[in-house]
Amino acid sequence: MLKFTAEHEWLKLEDGVATVGITSHAAEQLGDLVFVELPEVGAELSKDGNAATVESVKAASDVYCPLDGEVTEVNQAIVDDPSIVNSDPQGKGWFFKLKLKNSSDADALMDEAAYQDLIA
Amino acid sequence: MDDQTVLKTTPLHALHLSLGARMVPFAGYDMPVQYPAGVLKEHLHTRTASGLFDVSHMGQVVIRAKSGTYEDAAFALETLVPVDILGLKPGRQRYGFFTDDNGGILDDLMITNRGDHLFVVVNASCKDADLAHMQAQLTGCDVELLEDRALLALQGPRAEEVLAALWPDVVEMKFMDVRDASLHDAPCIISRSGYSGEDGFEISVPADQAEQIAKALLEDLHCRPIGLGARDSLRLEAGLCLYGNDIDTTTSPIEAALEWAIQKPRRTGGARAGGFPGADRILGELANGTSRRRVGLKPEGKAPVRAHAKLYADAEGKAELGEVTSGTFGPSVEGPVAMGYVPTRFAEPGCQIFAEVRGKYLPLTVAALPFITPTYKR
Repeated sequence: MLKFTAEHEWLKLEDGVATVGITSHAAEQLGDLVFVELPEVGAELSKDGNAATVESVKAASDVYCPLDGEVTEVNQAIVDDPSIVNSDPQGKGWFFKLKLKNSSDADALMDEAAYQDLIA
Repeated sequence: MDDQTVLKTTPLHALHLSLGARMVPFAGYDMPVQYPAGVLKEHLHTRTASGLFDVSHMGQVVIRAKSGTYEDAAFALETLVPVDILGLKPGRQRYGFFTDDNGGILDDLMITNRGDHLFVVVNASCKDADLAHMQAQLTGCDVELLEDRALLALQGPRAEEVLAALWPDVVEMKFMDVRDASLHDAPCIISRSGYSGEDGFEISVPADQAEQIAKALLEDLHCRPIGLGARDSLRLEAGLCLYGNDIDTTTSPIEAALEWAIQKPRRTGGARAGGFPGADRILGELANGTSRRRVGLKPEGKAPVRAHAKLYADAEGKAELGEVTSGTFGPSVEGPVAMGYVPTRFAEPGCQIFAEVRGKYLPLTVAALPFITPTYKR
């Protein structure tokens, strides 16, 4: 199941674990990324708290945590090569995996159609 | 700026839109921050081929002495800038700055001897204030802002070849030369200078022919349009100051490490020593040094360290030294680059200090400027 936030993150939900990244729209708006900082594995994050930082040549931007949960895995590949986020934001450019505190929290997020309406 | 303010546009505005630029407000103008290629590619293209920038928002000003002589205009402007303008030869350009009575910097500018008058280019954000300042102070001169001209910057190792297609004589120009030229029958003023650290030109063109000339330059596939985003990363790698960030009224030219722009005739013991606002402080600092200096800063990690990040002597944030005034990722350096002010005892290249970024203290090395090797054609 794929969900989206108004902060331009996507979540792919499987067995109570969300793989989180930024949307193609967000990646395009940010421009070429040159730096990515990810949370620590094991970090307990709260909804809307800072989860990651991305930087383009121009500016730094925060990536917010879409739901409450614990970070179980991070994508070191995008730290080593931030351009992956631009080339494949909704695939190889994922940021981190989050074990959700309450799986049902995700129900309130947007589906793809609602997100497409938001950015249209 | 509030939402009600109507942004001004340059004569190339329609061209920017047709090229797919992302527009942002800058110094009261609606300006292209980047084109579809993006900041990274635009930056690298300028360093390896050539880039065309619209800098028409900057102020182009003619200063003409009422007497009609260059000397009188030069003497007059020397009362506002600590630069040898009388000794500037016809067709030559120099960097300078307006100083205030406290020895701070009101703006930086390029100054050209145009034979019987002066031509200066000032920053967009300061041009109204600069104009008022010059009109009030240069009483023996007529000071006129040229509102019917655009300004193009063509920068990069292939800039000469791109411009030569329109004007073959360009090959005879050297760094900081200024010549009249006819491009597509438009009367232009061309200087061999810029703000990227590369060889290149700034071309003053009549507003109504600017788009035609820009399009003619862009017909060369080695020349691509470049936005303000790459302009900033290019100038920072080149160690060039941005007024309002790296220099302002709280920084003196000596603190800013710009003493190279103050020639001997204006220094203590020179033929026309002093005689500019803040001369006591500035000449005193030239003799005795300053307590802080602008330096290059090379973050050791991959994280960019941006303007206003605080600098410390230690990794615990105990001894504050100053702050970063410009910082970004340098695409040619392939890593972060920055500038800032530190106490003079920390201003030696190789000195290690720390910057606070998102609660962490990241190591930086004080570095010699520029970060790249300029390709100016001297």
